Amino acid sequence: MGVLAYAVAGWLVIVGALGMLRSRNLVQATVALSVAQSGTYVFLLAIGYQWSATAPVFSSGSPPTNQVVDPVVQAMALTDIVVSAMVTALLLALTIQIEKTHRTLDPDELQRLKG
Amino acid sequence: MYQGPATALAPLAVALPVVLACVVLIVERWASRRLADLLAVGTTVLVFGLTAALVAATRDGRVVTWSGGWVPRGGLSVGIALVVDQLAAGIACLAAGLTCCALLYSWRYLKTARAHYQALMLLFLAGMVGFSLTGDLFNMFVFFELMGVTAFALTGLHIEEPDSVQGSLNFAVINSLGAYLSLMGIGLLYARTGQLGLAQLGARLAGRHADGLIVAAFVLVTIGFLVKAAMVPLHFWLADAHAVAPAPVCVLMSGVMVELGVYALARVYLTVFSASIPAPVVQRTFLVTGLLTAALGSVMCFAQRHLKRLLAYSTIAHTGLFLIGFALLSPDGLAGVALYVAGHAGVKGALFLLVGVVLDRYQSVDEGELFGRVGGRHPACWMFLLAALALAGLPPFGPGLGKAVTEEAAATAGHPWLVAVFVLVSAVTGGAVLRAGLRVFLGRGHRPEPIEPVEQMSGGRKEPETENTLRRTPLTMLVAIGMLLIGSTAVGVLPGLAAAVGRAAAVFGDQAGYLDQALFAASAPPVAAAPVAWWSSSGVLLGVASTVLAAVVAGLSLYAHPLVPHRLRSHLAAGFEVVRGLHSGHLGDYVAWLIFGAAGLAALIGLPLLP
Repeated sequence: MGVLAYAVAGWLVIVGALGMLRSRNLVQATVALSVAQSGTYVFLLAIGYQWSATAPVFSSGSPPTNQVVDPVVQAMALTDIVVSAMVTALLLALTIQIEKTHRTLDPDELQRLKG
Repeated sequence: MYQGPATALAPLAVALPVVLACVVLIVERWASRRLADLLAVGTTVLVFGLTAALVAATRDGRVVTWSGGWVPRGGLSVGIALVVDQLAAGIACLAAGLTCCALLYSWRYLKTARAHYQALMLLFLAGMVGFSLTGDLFNMFVFFELMGVTAFALTGLHIEEPDSVQGSLNFAVINSLGAYLSLMGIGLLYARTGQLGLAQLGARLAGRHADGLIVAAFVLVTIGFLVKAAMVPLHFWLADAHAVAPAPVCVLMSGVMVELGVYALARVYLTVFSASIPAPVVQRTFLVTGLLTAALGSVMCFAQRHLKRLLAYSTIAHTGLFLIGFALLSPDGLAGVALYVAGHAGVKGALFLLVGVVLDRYQSVDEGELFGRVGGRHPACWMFLLAALALAGLPPFGPGLGKAVTEEAAATAGHPWLVAVFVLVSAVTGGAVLRAGLRVFLGRGHRPEPIEPVEQMSGGRKEPETENTLRRTPLTMLVAIGMLLIGSTAVGVLPGLAAAVGRAAAVFGDQAGYLDQALFAASAPPVAAAPVAWWSSSGVLLGVASTVLAAVVAGLSLYAHPLVPHRLRSHLAAGFEVVRGLHSGHLGDYVAWLIFGAAGLAALIGLPLLP
């Protein structure tokens, strides 16, 4: 795809990382991590996309000589989404426990792991 | 390519723990906890057997398994492969052995533990085995995430403890961010070559000039692995995670998961990038970062009071040494690192478990609070002191042999000054552990002042990890610790094992052989001049020297406190405060350091390659 898609992908990763860096709330940091990961989805799909190509589905009606988009990166993006769901769920569960045990979600006030 | 029953071994070793993890959950629910325990330990023994059989089968060349039978035709493939050489099988075997010891140790363990602990351990094992056996870059990412997520969950196993959940969160966020950067790098490589298999990628990139895209891909792919390998400045998560994780989980993380990061770096560079990114650039980069990691790890290790954190920083220091050994890019360097990793895993695992034993009895892991409380008659005492000396490089233990072989490789490669680095790092980390052992078990020296929790993490007043405080140490725990120590000793005293590691390291670095065997089913080429990996007289001498130096370091820190002039002491303390202040436990800081580290790595590799 065009440069635009790659620019969007890079921007999402950078914004996500900056979001984590400046976060004052762990829920926000978790979402920022998801934003950074969304950058990888856009990036992977942009690699395999072709204008004027069809979905990579072959049947008796469509001869396999057609131009199709790359299914490998789509499979990778799907795997990536599964990974993301797992990580996000775990992080949110940990965030709930941090709220219960520390009574705060602000990284600036979590002062126990020093030195 | 080997075509026989051994091709079934590799997929079995990955699939078996995944399936059995599910079975363990069901058994615990509908039958008994004991049966689930037995099943979990049995599975790890079985995986150990499978991977040991793989080690034997890969003696005469790599075992390649194409999933679904999608074998390549004429070097072109659409399939996904497991490509197993002896070093890969060996590190999988190490992972299985450590998991077995960890599960044996936790036989009567973990108060909230229901079977999800065993199931998570088995999934963790599956991730590590898959990660080391796979021949596909994207599958490396998938297994990386599998072992990542299970490790995050195991670190935060005690969800009611404030430290535990915070350490687990830091670990999870930093490692996940690193993994996503790796995925971007994998995407870049795919965009350039249309391939994901390591062999296919290596074939496509061979001889290409390292342009911006290849350098960016290399930096991004390796940054995830280097986060796992705790290279400075990507190391911050490690101390937090190890300080809060249950002791048997620390055994797996310190013993093999962190080292798998270095393994993956070596695998990816040697198979995929070695023909396009020039060796001198990589050597310089990882010599610099390895030295930095070793130095920072040693300093922070020496300054710790929290026993688990002390051991964690010692792991960071040793990973620095492993990175230096990799940076030599020679078969004897790799052989030395492989031996060092195996020996270190046993000793460090035993040390973590011994700290766990102390914690379950005395409810503290702080050097000051435990001062002289445990006593020299506790069976843990002599094991701990022995392991500390082995960590410092005492012959004939495994870490000493690995250190000696790597030192010789460094001297042959034209860096004789690295020998001093190895001796010094071993002495300081070994000395710190020895000092802690002498204080905790024998009450030597003076009792350290209590520390303020606002300044440094303290290990005082912790809940035991077992259901109740242990009055006596159960036999299963002592057996597990003894097995780890015996394993580490075996690495140093069996010449056959060391010779096999030497041959395996020569095969590991052979890119052409990897491509031929994976893609063209060629028979194994004869191994070109396997390095001799055995004790030399200078290696023994240097091992003894670093042990003596470690004893001196421990003695000085115990007794020489009043001898050092006050002004020097305050200068040292001020300098140390600056370094320690960087380890803030703050998530945002860690993310900033990760970005800085990625940029630094890109500069170190990219700038010398500018036209």
